[in-house]
Amino acid sequence: MRISKKKCVGCANCVPVCPMGAIFIGPDQLAAVNREACVECHTCYRGLSFERLPGGPVRWARRALKMVRLRFQPDPDLCPTEALEPEELEWPRIVRRAFSDPMVTHESTGIHGRGTAEVKTNDVTGRVGTGDAGFVVEFGRPGVGVYFRDVDKATRALAHEGAAFERENPVTSLMTDVNTGRIREDILNEKVLSCIVELKTRLEEVPRILRAIRKVSTTLDTVVSIGVSTRCDKDGTDPLRALLSKQGYDTWRAKVNLGMGRRSNGMSGGKGKRA
Amino acid sequence: MTNTLHRFGRPETLRDDYIVFAMTSKGINDEGAIEKVQAFFRASLKHKPINMGNAVINPLYRPEKDLSFIKLYFVGRREKIAPETFIAEIAALGTAAVVFDNRGAMADFLKDLQELDLGLSVNVSALIDDVREVCGEVHLTPHSVEYSLPFEGDTTRLPEREILSLTTMCGHGMIAANFARKMVDSVREGRLERDQACRYMAKFCVCGVFNTTRALRILETTVKGA
Repeated sequence: MRISKKKCVGCANCVPVCPMGAIFIGPDQLAAVNREACVECHTCYRGLSFERLPGGPVRWARRALKMVRLRFQPDPDLCPTEALEPEELEWPRIVRRAFSDPMVTHESTGIHGRGTAEVKTNDVTGRVGTGDAGFVVEFGRPGVGVYFRDVDKATRALAHEGAAFERENPVTSLMTDVNTGRIREDILNEKVLSCIVELKTRLEEVPRILRAIRKVSTTLDTVVSIGVSTRCDKDGTDPLRALLSKQGYDTWRAKVNLGMGRRSNGMSGGKGKRA
Repeated sequence: MTNTLHRFGRPETLRDDYIVFAMTSKGINDEGAIEKVQAFFRASLKHKPINMGNAVINPLYRPEKDLSFIKLYFVGRREKIAPETFIAEIAALGTAAVVFDNRGAMADFLKDLQELDLGLSVNVSALIDDVREVCGEVHLTPHSVEYSLPFEGDTTRLPEREILSLTTMCGHGMIAANFARKMVDSVREGRLERDQACRYMAKFCVCGVFNTTRALRILETTVKGA
């Protein structure tokens, strides 16, 4: 992301909206982007409303008002001169946007966002079966960001524990070797808002994998959000909650797939089978 | 994607937060699914959802890209579009999400979805005990469940609890902690109405899963506690 020096009037509205704190007011009193900190999430460009005022006259008006101790301050969600300008990104910087902007579709998964559909479509995919546990480990969330060099450290530690990474996950697609969890070198110094590593184990392996995640997390320069899933029993209950509680985890919040999905492609009348 | 899973807060602060969302799976149930997703959204309307979105087009609360002096100072800003307009705009599949601020509305919506039998994968993201209770009431059997665990790693880098409660209502991290702080400060200093601050934050959440009712309550508690 760039901010046009011609258009910017230095109102600073874009400074707090950046999730990475990458926008600042420079010595010229105009906004600028710290390219190293920017993860190309487009939050500033997409989230701010635009008024198309001309930069020059607004800067002049701001200076004039300042002389009489008044201030021109637009609404806090507004860039008065449409000064934000997205850049054409090239490899490897384009990886930042692919993982940070939720409105971009990942080529590897064909869906928006940073991971896969995991158990949200488990009623039709059957991805996580009875007795399985699916891990969704998100690095950099909430709101801290992560370099792939830290993700690489974590995926290698998890691979060492025998984790089987989800093949269709965007981070897995960036590994040079899924057995070692090693991520390709040319993106290790790229920073993203967050990225999701998905793996599957048997339920009895959950405590060991959680210990491994906790251990490697202490060595990372970021935060980690963890989700653990399983398929429910026939009566809708699940053995995972008790298992997690036994490990000392709070488990009051979850998402529940209600089993309403149906494999319907190619079926007459749109009716089909549930997984 | 786990955009609604890790909403920060104690259970008592999450009692007005229910997200119901529908997804399709490519090659399995995506044929003719746009109409089904539109039917999902339309069915939600009678239960008065407080937000909705699908992460492909802008949600109900959206930035205005064509503001002018006339619009700003005479016509007035249009920060939320009509749900029917949003539904009509849907042309591609994403995660169709609707947010409710009460358990009853969520339960009634699930009942309607059962009758509609759209064949979409429907999930509820909320307090697990509430969801299980509602499932019992409307005779639904959960298929799969995903639990949110506490944050790990360098948690000293996280913002203060109240701010985190606001920012994590956009799971993709589009609501910056500094912006949430600015909203809290502006309300505290009387420069901004509370509901206006909530609307400003909601516009940054592209999936439409930001709960404005909960945000209002958090803002009120935070400002009062200062």
